[in-house]
Amino acid sequence: MNAIVKAHAQSKHLLSGNEALARGVWEAGVNVATAYPGTPSTEILENLALYPDIHAQWSVNEKVSLEVAIGACVVGSRAFCAMKHVGVNVASDALMSQTLAGVNGGLVLAVADDVGLSSSQNEQDSRFWGRFGHLPILEPCDSQEAYEMAIRAFDLSEQFGCPVIIRLTTRVCHVKSIVEVGERKAYAHKGFLNDPSKWVMVPSNAKNLLATQGKRDDLLKAYVNECDLNFAEEGKDKRVGFVTSGPAYLHVKEAFPDAPVFKMGFSCPLPIAKIKNFAKDVDKLIVVEETEPLVETELRAAGLDLYGKDILPKTGELSPLVIKGPVLKLLGEVVEDQVDTSLDVFPRPPTMCVACPHLSPYYCLSKIHNKVRIAGDIGCYTLGAGHPWKALDTTTCMGASISMALGMTLGASEDDKDKPVIAVIGDSTFLHMGLQPLLDVIYNQGNVTVMLLDNRATGMTGGQEHAGTGFDINGKEAPRANFEKIVEAIGINPDRIRRVNPYEMPTMFKIIKEEIKQNEPSVIITNQPCVLTDRFHKHEPLKVVDGCTGCGNCLSTGCPAIIVTHRETEVRKSGKEIEKAYVEIESAACTGCNLCVSTCGPDVIKPVNFTKEAAQ
Amino acid sequence: MSNVNGLTNILVVGIGGQGVMTASEVLSMAAIKLGMDVKKTEVAGMAQRGGVVTSHVRFGPKVLSPAIPKGEADLIVGFEPAEAMRWCDHLKDGGIAMVNRFRIKPPVVNVGLFDYPEDPIQSIRDQGVEVYDFDAGALAQEFGEMRLVNTIMMGAISDHLPFEAEVLKDIIVERFRQKKPELADLNDRAFEAGRMAAAQSAKKAAE
Ligand SMILES: Cc1ncc(C[n+]2csc(CCOP(=O)(O)OP(=O)(O)O)c2C)c(N)n1
Ligand code: SF4
Ligand code: SF4
Ligand code: SF4
Repeated sequence: MNAIVKAHAQSKHLLSGNEALARGVWEAGVNVATAYPGTPSTEILENLALYPDIHAQWSVNEKVSLEVAIGACVVGSRAFCAMKHVGVNVASDALMSQTLAGVNGGLVLAVADDVGLSSSQNEQDSRFWGRFGHLPILEPCDSQEAYEMAIRAFDLSEQFGCPVIIRLTTRVCHVKSIVEVGERKAYAHKGFLNDPSKWVMVPSNAKNLLATQGKRDDLLKAYVNECDLNFAEEGKDKRVGFVTSGPAYLHVKEAFPDAPVFKMGFSCPLPIAKIKNFAKDVDKLIVVEETEPLVETELRAAGLDLYGKDILPKTGELSPLVIKGPVLKLLGEVVEDQVDTSLDVFPRPPTMCVACPHLSPYYCLSKIHNKVRIAGDIGCYTLGAGHPWKALDTTTCMGASISMALGMTLGASEDDKDKPVIAVIGDSTFLHMGLQPLLDVIYNQGNVTVMLLDNRATGMTGGQEHAGTGFDINGKEAPRANFEKIVEAIGINPDRIRRVNPYEMPTMFKIIKEEIKQNEPSVIITNQPCVLTDRFHKHEPLKVVDGCTGCGNCLSTGCPAIIVTHRETEVRKSGKEIEKAYVEIESAACTGCNLCVSTCGPDVIKPVNFTKEAAQ
Repeated sequence: MSNVNGLTNILVVGIGGQGVMTASEVLSMAAIKLGMDVKKTEVAGMAQRGGVVTSHVRFGPKVLSPAIPKGEADLIVGFEPAEAMRWCDHLKDGGIAMVNRFRIKPPVVNVGLFDYPEDPIQSIRDQGVEVYDFDAGALAQEFGEMRLVNTIMMGAISDHLPFEAEVLKDIIVERFRQKKPELADLNDRAFEAGRMAAAQSAKKAAE
C-alpha cells in the first residue's frame, strides 16, 4: 500500500497534485469516487482506490462516471468525479442539467486540462464550463493547494448547493512538491433528500430552478470578492501588476518577484470588485492565464484597461521565461532576443512497445491501405498513423472510428464508393463509446469492418482495468464483458465475428482480406494482452542469423527491438537502385512473440539458442 | 552550484522506460531529507515507451515554478547521449553534463528517416559544456541488470551535488531495502561503480 494512505495528520510528503488531491478528497469524507482514465487526471482515482472507507471505481465513460457520482450525492453522500478536459465534453449532458438541480451531499468534479497537449487530441480550456454551467471553479497552483482545495470544494458545494469544479492542469497534476496532510473527517451522511421538484428535470421544475440558479450566481459573485482564496500580494515594483491563477501564478512570481500579484484560487465567477481595487495601485495590469483569453475578456468587459494575450502566447504552456520577455518589452526595457542554441537532434516520437499486440494488425493494414479507407480511434493504436505503418486516415474522438466509418461509406464519391471502410478501435474505447456507433451501423444496414483490438487494458493511460478485463480498480475479480456476445446480441451475423491471435499474422491478414469483401458489417477481435500488463508472458527471444538479405520487410512490423545494423544501395542489372537495410534483433528487449518471423522470406529470424548444427 | 535564488536545478533526460522519473524522485527525497523545498516535474509524451522523457528537479529555500528555465540547469543527467544533446541548451554557463554513452536509436532512425548524430558527446563539448561520459549501459550489463542504469547514473552525479554523495546513496539503498531487499546490495555496488566511472571520466578529460 502507498505510504501516504497511512500518513498521520501534520506529516509532510512529496506528492503529485493528483496524489494530493486524492488525499484531500478522502479526508473530506467522500464515500463515492468515480472516473474514466485520461491523462493527466488518471492517478487521482488510482490513488483514491488505495484508501479505506471509500468506494472508488472506473466507469465505462465520463458521462456515466459523473452520473454515478450525482446519484450518490442525491442520496446524501459526498461524491467525487475526475476526468481529463475532453471527458467533460462527454459528461456535459449530465453536468449542464445537474447544475440546475444542484446537490444534496457535496459534489466535486476535478477536470485536468492538458495544457501543451502532451497526450491529447486538443487543448481546450475547461474554465469555460464554469461560465457555461454557472458553476464555481477553484484553481490550485500546486500540490498543497490541490489538497486543501479538494476539502474546501466540498464545503463550498454544500454551502452554495451546486457542483464545484476543480480545474487542474498538467503542471499541477504531475508536479510533485511537499504537502502537509491532515486526517479523514467522518461526514455526517445527509440521507436521501426527497424532493422531486428539485431532482426531476421536467420543464416546469427546471424553469423554477432557473431562478434559484440566478440567486446562486449573485451569492457567488459576492462571495468571491470576500473569499480568502482570492488575494492581492504586495510588491514594490508597481510598474505592472499581474492577475493570475493556477501554475501561471508561480511562473509570474518567479519572473517578477517584486511585482504586485492578484492570485485567484476561486476564479469563477471572477472577483471583479477585488481586482478593480488591485488595479488602482499599479501602472499597468497584465492578465496571465492558461490558455484562452478568458479572464482578460471578462475584465475588459468590466471596464478595465489591461494587457493579456495581445502580448503573451495564445496557446501552450506558460513559463517564467515566456512571460518575462514580452512584459519587459512592454515596460520599455531592452530585451535581448532569445537566441536558439539548441542542437539539431532527430525527433523521438512515442512508439508502440516491443511486441505490442497492435503491431500485427497495423502491419496488415499498411499493406492494404491503398485499397481501403481506415477510420482510427483514440488509444495506443492511434500511433498506427505514424511510421512505419501510416495506416490511419482519421482520428477524432473516442468512439468516432465506427460512426465516421459509416459516414465514409455513405458519403463516398462515385469512384470511391466500392472502397471498403475499416474502423480500428480499442477495447476500452469500444466500451466507452463504440457500442452505440456499431448499433447505428447495424440499424442503418451499413457496412463497416470493425477491428476491435482487445488487449485487455486501457493501454494508453497506463493499463487500467475496465469492464472488459474481468477486474475492477482494486484488482479484484469483476464480471467481464464478452465482446463476441455483445456484438452478436446487437445484430452482427455470428459468421462475421472473428477472434484472432494477432501474433499469427498470416491468419490475421487472411481474415482481414476475407471480411472487407463481405457485404455486411464484420467485427474482427484480437485477443492478446498489452505487454505492459502482467497478463503478458515473455517467450524465448529471437535473433537474426547469417543470411539476412537486407530486404527490410521485418522493419515494417514497427517492432522497436528490430535494429538496422547497416544500409546499402544495391544497383540491379536494370540500373534500378534498391535500398537495403540489414538488421539485428536486440535480444534483451525481444519477447519472442514471433510476429516478425513470418515477415522474413529467407527465414533467418531464429530463437537465440538456435544453432545451424542443431537444425541439421 | 546553486543559482541567484539559491536553487539547484537538475534536469534528468532520457527515454520512456529508462527510470528517469525514479532518478528524479530519489534526488527530490535527498533534498527533502536535508530540509529543502523541492519541486519535481515531468514532461513525458504519450504513455508509451520510447518517447522523450525529461524530469526537472529543483530544490533550495523556496521553489516557485516547477520547470527549469532554459539556461538555468546546473546539471544534466543524460540517460542517453542524443537526449543529453537535445537538452544541453538548458544548461547554464558552467553547467555540467553527466552522460551515459549507451545509444538507443528510435524507429525513425532505424527506418532511415533521420540520422543519429555522429558524436553527440563531442557536440555537447563543442558547446563549451563540461561533459563526463561513460557507458552506463555496459556497466549495467556487467551487473546483469539493465535497470541498474538508473542507480549507476545517480552514483555518477553524486560527487557533483551540493550535498554529500552518501545522502543520495543511503536513500537509494534504503528504498530497495524496503521494497526489494535482495537488490539493496547490488544497487549499493552499482552506485559506487557509477561514482568511479565518473571520476575516471574526469581524469581522462584532465589528461
Ligand atoms: C473522452 C476521453 N476520455 C479519455 C481519453 C484518454 N484516453 C485516450 S485513449 C484511452 C483509452 C485507450 O484504451 P483502449 O481503447 O483499450 O486502447 P489501447 O490504448 O489499450 O490500445 C483513453 C482513456 C480521451 N482521449 N478522451
Ligand atoms: S502500452 Fe500496451 S497497447 Fe500500448 S503500445 Fe505498449 S503494448 Fe501496445
Ligand atoms: S519476435 Fe520479432 S516482433 Fe516479436 S518482439 Fe521479438 S523482434 Fe519484436
Ligand atoms: S525480413 Fe529477414 S531478411 Fe529481411 S531484413 Fe528482416 S531479417 Fe533480414
